[in-house]
Amino acid sequence: MDSIWEGFVKAFALILSFDRELLDILLMSLRVSGSALIIASILGIAMGTLTALRRFPFRDTLITVLHSCMGLPSVLVGLLLYLILSRSGPMGFMALLYTPSAMILAQVILAFPIIASLTHSAVLSVDPIIRLTAQTLGATPFQAAKAVVHEARFGIMSAMVAGFGRAISEVGAVLIVGGNIAGFTRVMTTTIALETDKGNFALALAIGLILLAVSVCINLAFYRIQRRTTAGRS
Amino acid sequence: MPLTLTLNNVSKAYDDDKILSGLSYTFSAGETHILMGANGCGKSTLLRICALLEQPDSGSLAYSSGNGELQVGLELRRRITLVLPKVGVFNSTVFNNLAYGLKIRSIAKNERTERVIKMLKFIGLEHKKNRNALTLSSGEAQRLGIGRALVIEPDLLFLDEPTASIDNKNRELIEAIILQMKEAGHTTIIMTTHDSSQAERLSKRIILMKNGKLGAA
Ligand SMILES: Nc1ncnc2c1ncn2[C@@H]1O[C@H](COP(=O)(O)OP(=O)(O)O)[C@@H](O)[C@H]1O
Ligand SMILES: [Mg+2]
Repeated sequence: MDSIWEGFVKAFALILSFDRELLDILLMSLRVSGSALIIASILGIAMGTLTALRRFPFRDTLITVLHSCMGLPSVLVGLLLYLILSRSGPMGFMALLYTPSAMILAQVILAFPIIASLTHSAVLSVDPIIRLTAQTLGATPFQAAKAVVHEARFGIMSAMVAGFGRAISEVGAVLIVGGNIAGFTRVMTTTIALETDKGNFALALAIGLILLAVSVCINLAFYRIQRRTTAGRS
Repeated sequence: MPLTLTLNNVSKAYDDDKILSGLSYTFSAGETHILMGANGCGKSTLLRICALLEQPDSGSLAYSSGNGELQVGLELRRRITLVLPKVGVFNSTVFNNLAYGLKIRSIAKNERTERVIKMLKFIGLEHKKNRNALTLSSGEAQRLGIGRALVIEPDLLFLDEPTASIDNKNRELIEAIILQMKEAGHTTIIMTTHDSSQAERLSKRIILMKNGKLGAA
């Protein structure tokens, strides 16, 4: 019990002292997961919208695959990516292994199916009358699709929040392809794993608390946007 | 400039169920035409086809203004609009709902705001312009639907049961709007209704739809 309490006290002390190492780790996490979010969102929102609004061969298969990939084991993604990126692998020549780029790639692979699947459901659940209404008002097919996507914006935003949550809290893949190199590829989750292993609970806890705070902040921000944009709605 | 719409032998069936069977009719420009007929006789189907939202199985439609017949395409589609019986409301403010048609036509923001505000006054919803449109009552939503259609200044306007299932006050407001549009004569209006006394209040041009055909009442 003592050590837990002690750990919390030290953790707060670390956070309040704006410890340099802590800050670097936080920034690296945000950089990696932020980049992954942007890339996975562009791809995922496009894919989710396309599969919701268009019919094409193998569409249903694609939707099933995307859905199944929402629960991809991250260590497996890490392992496969490792094999592809390692020097003897097909993409070894790019020398991406143990770089932030490899970590971003891993997180994109994990977040993309989540964002695509949830966007698909969000766009699909928009009342068909929205598309028809846009058409009656003179929308081109593209503009009508845009109106539908706009109507699904809160669902899409929560898809992005879920995708970011998956990216930033992920540890297995990032540890394998990033290598947890101090000052270079060390992020919050890999630090927690390492420091816990070393018995350095204070730093691990401090980072855990920051990780928690980041995810609470993002959820609050999302909630506020939703509240503000639907203001006047009883 | 208001459009004349000529139907030539228009037919439509849904899975062997013949709804429209060889309709021919001319809706003259600048007038208000009222389409009546039993429930399920195909009025809404005809309106969707005339508003270029659906294709007939056979037959043709011709749209013409003073300068002759118009090509079917986006430009023509943007001179025509249909207000659905149950108005589709975008999850946004009343203002943004009205601005939609102008926005997709790339009308500059200043002009857009001016026209939307003017229309909001006309339909009596200016005080609710910043409210989310999903909070409107069904009568207000119907007015929003009509205002959203009128603000794009259509040359051919379809109203599908604009006052079905709304209260008397809103019905009177909407009838007043339609009569004002009719007076102005800038738009050809084709509307459906169940209510024969309403039809008589609004226009002398009443058309009966029966067995997939049109005829004067
Ligand atoms: N999209 C559709 N698919 C199949 N049947 C339809 C469709 N739309 C309308 N119908 C059928 O066509 C008939 C005419 O419908 P409708 O045009 O809505 O009539 P009205 O507006 O005169 O009440 C009805 O029997 C209806 O069930
Ligand atoms: Mg109908």
